[in-house]
Amino acid sequence: MVRHYLDFEKPLRELEREYEELRRFAPRDDPRVSARIEKLEKRITKVREETYAQLTPWQRTQLSRHIDRPHTLDYIRMIFEDFIELHGDRGFMDDPAMVGGLARLDGEAVVVLGHQKGRDVKEMGYRNFGMSHPEGYRKALRIMELGVRFNKPIVTMIDTPGAYPGVGAEERGQAGAIAHNLREMAAFPVPIVVVVIGEGGSGGALAIGVGDRILMMENAIYSVISPEGCAAILWRDGTKGPLAAEALKITAADLLNLEVIDEIIPEPFGGAHRDYEGAAATVKEAVVRHLRERKDVPVERLLAERYQRFRRMGSFLEE
Amino acid sequence: MTWFKKKETPSQEEKAIDALWSKCNVCQEIIYKKELERNLNVCPKCSYHFPIQAQKRLAIVTDEGSFKELDRALVPVDLISFRDLKRYSDRLREAQQKTGLKDAFITGRCEIHQLPAMVGVFEFDFLGGSLGSVVGEKIARMIEKAIDEKIGAIIFTSSGGARMQEGILSLMQMAKTSAALSRLRKERLPYISVLTDPTTGGVTASFGMLGDIILAEPGALIGFAGPRVIKETIKADLPPGFQRAEYLLTHGMIDLIVERRRLKETLGKFLDLLYH
Ligand SMILES: [Zn+2]
Repeated sequence: MVRHYLDFEKPLRELEREYEELRRFAPRDDPRVSARIEKLEKRITKVREETYAQLTPWQRTQLSRHIDRPHTLDYIRMIFEDFIELHGDRGFMDDPAMVGGLARLDGEAVVVLGHQKGRDVKEMGYRNFGMSHPEGYRKALRIMELGVRFNKPIVTMIDTPGAYPGVGAEERGQAGAIAHNLREMAAFPVPIVVVVIGEGGSGGALAIGVGDRILMMENAIYSVISPEGCAAILWRDGTKGPLAAEALKITAADLLNLEVIDEIIPEPFGGAHRDYEGAAATVKEAVVRHLRERKDVPVERLLAERYQRFRRMGSFLEE
Repeated sequence: MTWFKKKETPSQEEKAIDALWSKCNVCQEIIYKKELERNLNVCPKCSYHFPIQAQKRLAIVTDEGSFKELDRALVPVDLISFRDLKRYSDRLREAQQKTGLKDAFITGRCEIHQLPAMVGVFEFDFLGGSLGSVVGEKIARMIEKAIDEKIGAIIFTSSGGARMQEGILSLMQMAKTSAALSRLRKERLPYISVLTDPTTGGVTASFGMLGDIILAEPGALIGFAGPRVIKETIKADLPPGFQRAEYLLTHGMIDLIVERRRLKETLGKFLDLLYH
């Protein structure tokens, strides 16, 4: 697999490429080669630390959208067993920007769903860059309702730039589709664990984001509007995205601080895309632990606590 | 999340004219302001429904003297010290001075044709009626109070969407208000949403579209994404009438379009039919 590098990773790129080439093609028994490899290893460790130690919100935004980053179906493949994908909203179409179905997690049958982005040009188009139409949210709702009827916990994964802004989407009720999910998820009598795995873009993200526990990966972002969109409106300059990313407080650490999320899921060094299995194992551990913790909570308390979770969000004074 | 561009600063002469006369956005008719007000801020020539202030709205739809405001003391704070070209705290102060309100939403208990209901109204002039923490809290409280008093709730929307200066907390107001409405629904108490011009973004995609009954004023712009964003995305012209109340009615998204002068009577009828 060709590894893609972000702009701020460029110093690392040259080192890692040389390292890979030496390891693959240079004769091992040559002492000059092994000395060079050793030197490179040290240098790479140092540059990696420098690169990833203090990521800015904008750099995390880029990481959250990294083309090599694991997507919902990657996590499903690595974390769940017996996944069977379900299709369609039973009304208009199957939306490939949202995927979901039944599966087994750590032995227990669950419902799992999430936004799905593509990796190559063809799949990106097919998945509409992870931007759902109303049918995507309705499919998600239908699958969750199936889970509720058969008493299965729900796991959702958020990874979308937002709901698709198009003519058909509006005509078929984009706003209403999102709104219904928010209302219904608030009262589903089964545990819901939400994981923001990549890009948490606005209402389209929240539409599958109401739950008992909201976890967020270390390099994921979650925002009311994309930094670029915000910059275009408030700075009247779409290139001011880095400033907006800073101001909007969109990183996992920010959201933990604001008590919007419950836990940050650490990523392999340099990001989830550098170690799929490592990332998946950490996500699995966290999701299983939280589901287990919520599993035996009486429904009334489960729903009361979920309500309070969102009820207390916001900041204001009472004079 | 659409924000609407303000006009450039008018000249003295234009200001003097503005004080007495209004120009209709649709038919361009110049209307004497007093006449416009007498006509509930509806253009006498083409029936365009001008946006109106929250207090005026309340006066039009509630029984005289019945409105009792709640949660007046809620004031916004700039928790994340947001600053773009301006500080959020400065924007708040300016909006408060301009409107005389603490934030973009007024709630209270009222009667409509002697039938009680909790009512909430957006003030679009306050930061584009954007949905922030105070608005979300006021809505949650009015819905909870409706449940306590076993009465219905009515919300008049006019909003550009979530208030991005409050970051993620503004987005979460969508979940908070929708969760409250889920409880109202479980109690079998009616919720009527009245969409007025303009209603977009997170407001449409939460309590805006969750009414048991969804009404709209004629010509109101109603949508999730703003028309400009859609146009930029699809790189094509939008269909005529797109995202207007009449378009939504045709596409099955709302129950009814109601003219402003019939609004009170219509709400009274709905409350009566749903209560009794
Ligand atoms: Zn007119």
